[in-house]
Amino acid sequence: MTDTLKISDLHVSVNNTPILRGVTLQMNRGETHALMGPNGSGKSTLGLAIMGHPNYEVTAGSMELNGKDLLSMSSDERARTGLFLAFQRPIAIPGVKMADFLRHATTNVRQPDRQEGEELIAMKDFRKELREKMQHLRMNAEFARRYVNDGFSGGEMKRAEILQLAMLQPKFAVLDETDSGLDADAVRLASESIAEIGREKMGLLIITHHDKLLEHNPPEFTHVMLGGRIVETGGSDLANELHQHGYDRVRSDHPEAEARNQEMLRKEEPETQTTS
Amino acid sequence: MATDITNQASDQVGEINKYDFQTNTKAVFKARKGVDEEIVNQISEMKNEPAWMRDFRLKSLAIFNAKPMPKWGGNIDVNFQDIYYYLKPTDKQGRTWDDVPEEIKDTFEKLGIPEAERKFLSGVKAQFESEVVYGSLKEDLEKQGVLFTDTDSAIRDHPDLLREYFGTIIPPSDNKFAALNSAVWSGGSFIYVPPGVKIEFPLQAYFRINAESMGQFERTLIIVDEGAEIHYVEGCTAPVYTTESLHSAVVEIVVKRGARCRYTTIQNWANNIYNLVTKRAMAYQDATMEWIDGNLGSRLTMKYPAVYMMEPGARGEILSIAFASNGQHQDAGAKLVHAAPNTTGQIISKSISKNGGRSSYRGLVKVEKGAKQSKSNVVCDALILDPHSRSDTYPYIEINDQDVSVGHEASVSRIGEEQMFYLTSRGLSEAEASTMIVNGFIEPLVKELPMEYAVEMNRLIKLQMEGSVG
Ligand SMILES: Nc1ncnc2c1ncn2[C@@H]1O[C@H](COP(=O)(O)OP(=O)(O)OP(=O)(O)O)[C@@H](O)[C@H]1O
Ligand SMILES: [Mg+2]
Repeated sequence: MTDTLKISDLHVSVNNTPILRGVTLQMNRGETHALMGPNGSGKSTLGLAIMGHPNYEVTAGSMELNGKDLLSMSSDERARTGLFLAFQRPIAIPGVKMADFLRHATTNVRQPDRQEGEELIAMKDFRKELREKMQHLRMNAEFARRYVNDGFSGGEMKRAEILQLAMLQPKFAVLDETDSGLDADAVRLASESIAEIGREKMGLLIITHHDKLLEHNPPEFTHVMLGGRIVETGGSDLANELHQHGYDRVRSDHPEAEARNQEMLRKEEPETQTTS
Repeated sequence: MATDITNQASDQVGEINKYDFQTNTKAVFKARKGVDEEIVNQISEMKNEPAWMRDFRLKSLAIFNAKPMPKWGGNIDVNFQDIYYYLKPTDKQGRTWDDVPEEIKDTFEKLGIPEAERKFLSGVKAQFESEVVYGSLKEDLEKQGVLFTDTDSAIRDHPDLLREYFGTIIPPSDNKFAALNSAVWSGGSFIYVPPGVKIEFPLQAYFRINAESMGQFERTLIIVDEGAEIHYVEGCTAPVYTTESLHSAVVEIVVKRGARCRYTTIQNWANNIYNLVTKRAMAYQDATMEWIDGNLGSRLTMKYPAVYMMEPGARGEILSIAFASNGQHQDAGAKLVHAAPNTTGQIISKSISKNGGRSSYRGLVKVEKGAKQSKSNVVCDALILDPHSRSDTYPYIEINDQDVSVGHEASVSRIGEEQMFYLTSRGLSEAEASTMIVNGFIEPLVKELPMEYAVEMNRLIKLQMEGSVG
């Protein structure tokens, strides 16, 4: 039986402001889905909510992996169950070496029942595997000794996310603009690598504004998000249409969602920060 | 999750037990509680000291009695008359561990000292309560004229050398606790490194308080002669008792022309200890003094290692790490005095506050008139792990010359929600994630430590972090 990720009528708020207003999405492992939509429509929010970000409050709806409730799981439990998010904006952890971080992460994900303090996977095997995967992504070996995302260039950050995907081998992965900040060659390499690492092995939800990443990952399904809802779902031809003609048709076909999207964009003005 | 927590809790008990154990010993001599002339005379008599030292002690006692408690720093709630000032655990100092009374030897074995000695140290001093009970020094160093003894023996064996410097770098009048130490001091290390001798592996001293209400007042003097090099390491622990106790050391260092001294402290005092220590080094021409100061545990630590740069080209560097958890106040920092032209100083301080702990950085950079072309830089970063914890910064800068450069940067950050999420989204538990962030925060300092101490430091941090789960 293949693994299934099922999201039903998901409502998500940030700081009590509703962002997602009923997202329904079902993916089987082995499928590739593209998630498109204009800026601020809620794509990253969906990725973060899937991974259990504490500031993204699920106010209604459900999310299950093979019938198992994901919403009651902490984000590390979700990772250990087989979920992964490649961040649109990866976070720097100064002083923590990529290799140390990855060894911890890899151990926990491969041994989901590992308790804190128990053995990590053997250093020798881990190093070998990491070195091979890095070579594959044409990453310099020195990279493993750098601090996580600290001072990485935009391209290095995205490549590091792909490396993590390769090491953690999740069942389902959300790739949030893993092509942004990459030069043309790097996008092609990323597209190839993702296909090699994940295609047909994982369920991939690829969030992108460009067509390059989909070159080697033609989606079976394309979803369009607008105003916090998935307003259309189609095949790879839908992705092509949007790449060529933009969102004008979608916006006019779904005026209500478009109005919400505009409203959310206006809200993006920075609020006054309260410092504690 | 429930099993997770019980598991960690039992782990934690196991770990803390590593330090928190008491040894039943029969003291050879234990003075009554309290400090006064009678006690000071008694200590001096027990040690068979020359008259000059007894006089030095008695004068210091008068200064201690006359000085008010410091009005800054932390809240010192100690009853000075309710502490034992002198306890002699054994009759003689061992040259081999087999010479050391069994139960004391066991203590240090549990703390891993003999093992470290075999693996990577040039010499060891182990102090139990008031006296050094074991001492060793590699033969080749002895042959090169390196002296590494306890300070009491140095009065007997190297009186001229000792007397030339003793109490000159930190006079008893410096502060109330330096005066107290000067009155009742016992034990500590005396080190002399002859010109040009470079000691490759560290010399280590370990200070263990064992008895309840026992104060420890060791006194260390290190003289690094011209062009010589040394790395000295001290570790300190004590079991947990309900009554307060006091650790008040004085450390004086002279680093002569072109010499280098690195002094590393990794201490993990129990929560009932007031740790009030005065440390100061004088660095002469082109000499380098480095303090690496890791402060964990204790009720209150007040400690500001100092480097006085006395001649052109002298360098002073102070790296300070403080970790304050529940019921702890780390008032730690550093002091740099540029007393000559072309001197260079650097202070890097990292503090972590957790579970209601409080850490303060208190530092002074002073540039004296005429110390032209001197440079000093201060960086202090604080990491606060939860809303109950606190961090303060008290930087003092005093500049009396125009032609100098002094920089100061301070940052306070709360452990980042986004960092926590990033790590947990990769399968790390919250406890693992926060430990990782904290270790990363202090990594720039820890990587300066020799491997063995870096491992120890990370282990101690982990131990402190585990206390937070619940
Ligand atoms: N942490 C947050 N705090 C405040 N507002 C947020 C937060 N996260 C998302 N939002 C808001 O939710 C809306 C959707 O944002 P989201 O990042 O999900 O959009 P997106 O579709 O990924 O856009 P883009 O294509 O620009 O990446 C925006 O209006 C955004 O400002
Ligand atoms: Mg986005």
